Amino acid sequence: MLKKRIIPCLDIKNGRTVKGVNFVGLRDAGDPIDLAKRYVKEGADELVFLDITATIEERKTLIQLVKRIAAAINIPFTVGGGIQSVEQVAALITAGADKVSINSAAVKRPALIQEIADRFGSQCVVVAIDTKLVAGKWEVFVRGGRQGTALETTAWAVEVARLGAGEILLTSMNQDGTKAGFALEITQQVSELVNIPVIASGGAGKPTHFKTLFQKTEASAGLAASIFHDEEVAIPVLKNYLKKEKIAIR
Amino acid sequence: MIAIIKYNAGNIASVQNALARLGATSEITDDAATILRADKVIFPGVGEASSAMAYLRAKGIDETIRKIKKPMLGICLGLQLMCMSSEEGNTACLGIFGARVKVFPPKDKVPHMGWNNFSMLQAHPILRGIKEEDNLYYVHRYFASLSKETIATCDYIQKFSTVLHKDNFYATQFHPEKSAETGARILQNFLDL
Repeated sequence: MLKKRIIPCLDIKNGRTVKGVNFVGLRDAGDPIDLAKRYVKEGADELVFLDITATIEERKTLIQLVKRIAAAINIPFTVGGGIQSVEQVAALITAGADKVSINSAAVKRPALIQEIADRFGSQCVVVAIDTKLVAGKWEVFVRGGRQGTALETTAWAVEVARLGAGEILLTSMNQDGTKAGFALEITQQVSELVNIPVIASGGAGKPTHFKTLFQKTEASAGLAASIFHDEEVAIPVLKNYLKKEKIAIR
Repeated sequence: MIAIIKYNAGNIASVQNALARLGATSEITDDAATILRADKVIFPGVGEASSAMAYLRAKGIDETIRKIKKPMLGICLGLQLMCMSSEEGNTACLGIFGARVKVFPPKDKVPHMGWNNFSMLQAHPILRGIKEEDNLYYVHRYFASLSKETIATCDYIQKFSTVLHKDNFYATQFHPEKSAETGARILQNFLDL
């Protein structure tokens, strides 16, 4: 049976892991390789590295980091953050990333999804969708959640799947950072509508949140950052708990 | 030396990294002499079947593969290209295995992406030390049907060949290079053949 995936996310700035709330008050949290290796050893099913740097200089650092990650770990990993062109994707894939995650650039120019899928295959295109419930409507946000769009979340999800996305990483901004549980309703709405895997993100605070996610929705994976990072929820504890609750887990 | 066949498919560096972690020296090459001289050959790949076959034929790599006498391991698209044919771009393939490659019916999420266990049809050196409940990492939209060369099957939407073997040719649908310790063990088993 295909297993539900547990995916830790690492925020990267200038080649280092950083921590902060909504990208504010960032502090250095160590070498990404050390943390990645720890997660792999603990049983993480995949890793996501989100680059939150802006400058071209720092982007070169990212490529070097991706090469080091690829050499060090033996599970799949996704790299995202600020990707705007097929050339950037080529550099990341060549460096050893298994998948790339695109967000704002896909909203700005949806054809980018198809261009990446045509060149590298759908399996490596993760489209990240940041969504927020505004006046009863789940609206797509871009630029790190700072800017609203005219897009409605389920419609955009269907469109990205049609364009060749291999997976959707759905982050509920209402839930993000609350540790109050995943946004079940929108996660299920999107999962039902598309035939590609959906990774739920935002709101994970304790093991029961993952159980509820996998019982109440068809999400293929749950992603979280700080709870794993701070060892509030250790991955082995979480996975053992989910196995006991009869969730299909590696 | 392990030759990793270079062609127009991705994911090749991952295989080299995985071999390096096992202490094996490898070379990414499309040179026939180098491939035929290697102790073992790996035929990896993530990509599209018909364009990959066209590339292999244009470069004469298809003929080189048929001449290989040392153990060769096909991974993912590599496995599919070693079958009779593929529905992906409706192409004839290398025909090493009798299996045919078909598209998954859309009865569940496609691609089949993530970790899955398998059923062993027979004990086999490539699976030494591996248990059926062990999980391996998959990412594919097309699957190889069962054939007389099938050693192990995986069940997603339907049963498909996940390990195949004929003579010196071995293949896995999962990615051993991305399947944590279980995958590393399978690669080591291949190196030990």
